[in-house]
Amino acid sequence: MAKIIVVTSGKGGVGKTTTSAAIGTGLALKGHKTVIVDFDIGLRNLDLIMGCERRVVYDFVNVINGEANLKQALIKDKRLDNLFILPASQTRDKEALHKEGVERVLNELSDEFDFIICDSPAGIESGAMMALYFADEAIVVTNPEVSSVRDSDRILGMLSSKSRRAEQGLPGIKEHLLLTRYNPERVQKGEMLSVDDVNDILAIKLLGVIPESQAVLNASNSGQPVILDAESDAGQAYLDTVARLTGDTVPFRFLNVEKKGLLKRIFGG
Amino acid sequence: MSEPSIELKGSLFPLSVLYCQDFSVAALRLELSNKLAQAPGFFTQAPVVISVENCTQTPDFAAIKQLFTELQLVLVGVCGADSTLKKAAHAAGLAALQPPKAGKTAEPAKPAAPVAPAAPTVITADNKTIDGNIRSGQQIYVKGADLIIRGTVGAGAEVIADGNIHIYGALRGKAIAGAGGDASKKIYCYNMQPELISIAGNYWLSDTLQGDYWGKPVCIGLQDGQLMLAELF
Repeated sequence: MAKIIVVTSGKGGVGKTTTSAAIGTGLALKGHKTVIVDFDIGLRNLDLIMGCERRVVYDFVNVINGEANLKQALIKDKRLDNLFILPASQTRDKEALHKEGVERVLNELSDEFDFIICDSPAGIESGAMMALYFADEAIVVTNPEVSSVRDSDRILGMLSSKSRRAEQGLPGIKEHLLLTRYNPERVQKGEMLSVDDVNDILAIKLLGVIPESQAVLNASNSGQPVILDAESDAGQAYLDTVARLTGDTVPFRFLNVEKKGLLKRIFGG
Repeated sequence: MSEPSIELKGSLFPLSVLYCQDFSVAALRLELSNKLAQAPGFFTQAPVVISVENCTQTPDFAAIKQLFTELQLVLVGVCGADSTLKKAAHAAGLAALQPPKAGKTAEPAKPAAPVAPAAPTVITADNKTIDGNIRSGQQIYVKGADLIIRGTVGAGAEVIADGNIHIYGALRGKAIAGAGGDASKKIYCYNMQPELISIAGNYWLSDTLQGDYWGKPVCIGLQDGQLMLAELF
């Protein structure tokens, strides 16, 4: 039985797809057979971030409608043998998903994989509800600013009331907080909420803090999940995050302003 | 077809009813002035109905109306009038209203028939306890009882109870106690940063609440129709 993890946020543009790609890849790096499912029907992005956009033939909606089988639609990652992507349809809309169809596909994936990462669309409408409905765990991606925090709070409410686990009275979805685009310098200046501020409001377990980094944009543009860039701060932070997700205790990094050496001060960096 | 320009619809409004023994203008002036002095401003231009149920002779309604205007009250009409009093009231331009159905009356209580003591009517349901946070967008309503929350009420969440509300965490959303109109109900919270607090329909927004009590453990109650804040400890 696979563990189903939804990556969600409420707000758009906070880094859900980047996080789904990074965490999915990170789990595969650790030897777990993983599939990342793009639930953002009509706004397909995951294939770009994963660098497999030219190999999309069939998609999630085709499988739900019985127009293709799962084997035809799953795209195997070129870098890792145990990583697969189920792309979203670009020509349909969110209404193409329905509970019975999603459940059937997830059950089928569940037999074969260790982890199913559901990349949720933004918002709180049917698409986002479909992505979170069957989840066992949730990674709530939040930027350190007030509107993102409020939207995350809203999604946490949905997780505890609108999911299958809530409706069937099962133990609730395990919630994790992932802070992305964290900039310690701006936190120090009071321009950004700190980890403690966000923790105080959302009150769920912190899974990771990803620093604001040029490496993320570079990775997206080149179709390489940022976690594969182990030199970069964001890549390392995602590696730590995946380690925590699989039960390791890893200290948090990139929370404080880095003291710049003389050379860095002169040449920048 | 054009819409009719006027429309008459029946509605119910809360009105203060004045009960008195002496209907002379002098006595009324004295009693009313004393009453109004206790809560200056509270009854300004308040609509009032006089109960004339135990009135023995026809009072001078025109003079009473004049007195009310002087005291900045609006005399709307009389209630419990017999046919003679009704005529007099109508002559003074006052409405004759039905006596209130379940209001208190000035009449001495009739000796009650020996019946079993009535069950207390205050608590009609079990208090509701919630372990955990109330997230943005969630709404909790407790009918006829208290609401106890062992967690935080997030911004954009609403907690409503006919009874008291206890929040053992931060209150960042809206809290509405005494929703059924009971002004004795209170809101208790360990960290007050709400969007809105309301007791029996009297409300304050967060703008009004900025100040000494913001972010503190606070008890909020209603006193003479005015919301009052006090430190919890």
